[in-house]
Amino acid sequence: MTLDPMLLSRLQWAWVIAWHILLPAFTIGLASYIAVLEGLYLVTGWDIWFRISGFWTRIFAVSFGMGVVSGIIMPFQFGTNWSRFTDATANVISPLLAYEGLMAFFLEASFLGVLLFGRWLVPPWAHFLAAFMVAFGTLLSSFWILATNSWMQTPAGYKLVDGRFEPVDWTAIVFSPSFPYRFFHNVTAFYITTAFVVMGVGAWLLRRQRAVEDARMMIRMALGLLIILVPLQMFLGDQHGLNTLEYQPAKLAAIEGRYDTAQPAPLTLFGIPDDTAATMRGAIEIPRLGSLVLTHSWSGAIKGLKEWPADQRPPVALPFFAFRVMVGIAVLMLIIVLTGQFLQLRGQLWDAIWFLRLCEFAAPLGFVAVLCGWVTTEVGRQPWTVYGLLRTADSVTPSLTGSNVAVSLACYVAVYLIMFPTGIAFMAGLVRRGPRPAELEEPPTEIESGRPHQPFDSAARAAPLL
Amino acid sequence: MVLDLVPLWTILLALAVFYYVVFDGFDLGVGMLYGLLRNDAARTATMNSVAPVWDGNETWLVFGGLGLLAAFPLAFTIIIPAVYFPILMMLLALVFRGVAFEFRFKHTTLRRLWDSAFCGGSLVATFAQGVVLGTFIQGFKVEDRHFAGSSFDWVSPFPIATGVALMFGYGLLGACWLILKTEGELQDWARRAAGICLVAVLVAIAAVSIWTPLARAEIAQRWFSWPNIAFLSPVPIVTALIAFGEWEALRRRHELTPFLGAIALFLMSFIGIAISLWPMIVPYHYTLWQTASSPSTQAFLLIGTLFLLPVILMYTAWSYWVFRGKVSGVAGYH
Repeated sequence: MTLDPMLLSRLQWAWVIAWHILLPAFTIGLASYIAVLEGLYLVTGWDIWFRISGFWTRIFAVSFGMGVVSGIIMPFQFGTNWSRFTDATANVISPLLAYEGLMAFFLEASFLGVLLFGRWLVPPWAHFLAAFMVAFGTLLSSFWILATNSWMQTPAGYKLVDGRFEPVDWTAIVFSPSFPYRFFHNVTAFYITTAFVVMGVGAWLLRRQRAVEDARMMIRMALGLLIILVPLQMFLGDQHGLNTLEYQPAKLAAIEGRYDTAQPAPLTLFGIPDDTAATMRGAIEIPRLGSLVLTHSWSGAIKGLKEWPADQRPPVALPFFAFRVMVGIAVLMLIIVLTGQFLQLRGQLWDAIWFLRLCEFAAPLGFVAVLCGWVTTEVGRQPWTVYGLLRTADSVTPSLTGSNVAVSLACYVAVYLIMFPTGIAFMAGLVRRGPRPAELEEPPTEIESGRPHQPFDSAARAAPLL
Repeated sequence: MVLDLVPLWTILLALAVFYYVVFDGFDLGVGMLYGLLRNDAARTATMNSVAPVWDGNETWLVFGGLGLLAAFPLAFTIIIPAVYFPILMMLLALVFRGVAFEFRFKHTTLRRLWDSAFCGGSLVATFAQGVVLGTFIQGFKVEDRHFAGSSFDWVSPFPIATGVALMFGYGLLGACWLILKTEGELQDWARRAAGICLVAVLVAIAAVSIWTPLARAEIAQRWFSWPNIAFLSPVPIVTALIAFGEWEALRRRHELTPFLGAIALFLMSFIGIAISLWPMIVPYHYTLWQTASSPSTQAFLLIGTLFLLPVILMYTAWSYWVFRGKVSGVAGYH
């Protein structure tokens, strides 16, 4: 059997980015949450905001550190494994990537240090400002990364010169047709992911009667946010879908598992896709619903994959199933949030042990949904890296052999399987320690830091001898 | 009107790379020396001396990488595949090292393991960077805008030798940093280590200076043709003077001068390599101008860089100021 450098490079990319994406999915939401808590503390001066903020800031420090470490790997992948893609697209996308790096760099170099270590060194308003800037910075970071990704999905503002992309209009490049949808859909997903983690952790603490007041506040805040964001996300997802229908109809056909064009189109709930025969086996369909959902009319036409030559179709199975898992999780989330609101209105929330258990179980759901959404959109983009213009097969580094990539992939797998579980276990340890009363948060005896010299350890040091 | 931004980007990128080499160089060097220390208090003091600054230093690697990608993309797409495995080794070593830095203090039972991860990670990352440098000077096989060699072209005597040489180079920076930041026995030990590293570094500089003109006629031409030789002869002379000054500074037990001298030695080597290769960025194939991204790309990125970079530099300077002075072995970091 021969090893295919392209397939292995795709696996390697998927592996390193799948782990990496989990961290921004958490830290972007958490940074905003901490900024809100710090703002509330600044205005009211109540200890509870201080305690909750301190608790999550310790966890934030660990996940941000892991995000930086796994993020350093990413830009080099463009050179090591995707040099032809980079050669073709660098004029257009490299400044976007570089801006992301600069923003993250800028952020880490300045405001994060004040947030983590500056509580006693700067006035309260400056500490709030630092929290706010960190949150703003994480959003800017995702802005640039998603602008890059969106341009690959729906390229705009370029001209082709000798098979390479040259910039013509930077506004059109940054704000490519799918960008606004992708950006809001992602950021909302990250907020929801974080809110479910906060709710799950709150429930865990509450069931053990630890830091009861703080835990209740976490759950209340998370529920209050989620009752707005989960329905909003469903709306945004729908809008994103319409955008995909317009600009990437083949991806949409794969998501829908639709090989044959249909008008009106049914909605396929389930089926086993068979790409070689170009047919869905055992499909369960609801008539006309596909047209209604996708075109918002009873008789809209949905193009099937057979409209495209076989070598321009994405594989169906992954986008089809990943999309269904994502939507299934969204529905589950909505049920949980509605149930929580209902219990809260009836004043039974704190006694419903089964619901608290459910929240603990639901804590990681957002991460699964984010990964599924990412698989849907990236596999659905195949067989292109720049949609419709540059093939994945023409993007890979020509000098690589299959065994080269097999070795590097094995190394990344081994190292990540050590690093991520260790980091996650460390964060779990911080959760177990729980929030602490404000009087335990003593100022350090000496001025130690203006910067995050120890992202992992800051947390443990702040919790001496517990 | 199209303003040629290539010279400006060349300067920016050269500064970024030099900054990275000096600053992450000293903390990687400290990491390697750490493995030679047996005393736990000395180890802790050693670690404390770089704790506040190391991750900031490392971020410049990303800046260098992305800067090369954005300003000279063709160079990025040829050089990085050519050093596929050294880059892999470096990235994974840096990950391990970073994680070890933090976890060493958590797991007392696994401390030995994290200790060796810290030291080993520093060593492998340094060696890999030296290999990248050697491969770069050696040149690449290029066809039709792509690297056309094999992923193992770096396995040859010159890159391996530069890999080892850089270990001593970073060792020198690290030892001089320790002289600056510590006192007593540990400082004496660092001084001896710096002396050994200095000798090895000088041998390496001499070897590279002899080997490259012999291997590449164009480099010999650059240095030894008239009138170049008149303009360029100060480079080796100044280097020799700095080396002598460095030796004296170590002998006379200066504290700051050795670190500055080590940086100056790196600067002279950097200038020497730049003179040999100018204006090539993919040595012997493409010049800086041939690999540059479009003027519009360079301009677009320059706006933000010129705004953000000074702020980052000022902040970094302030943070070194905050952590000035000696580290104590007992109090402090943890």
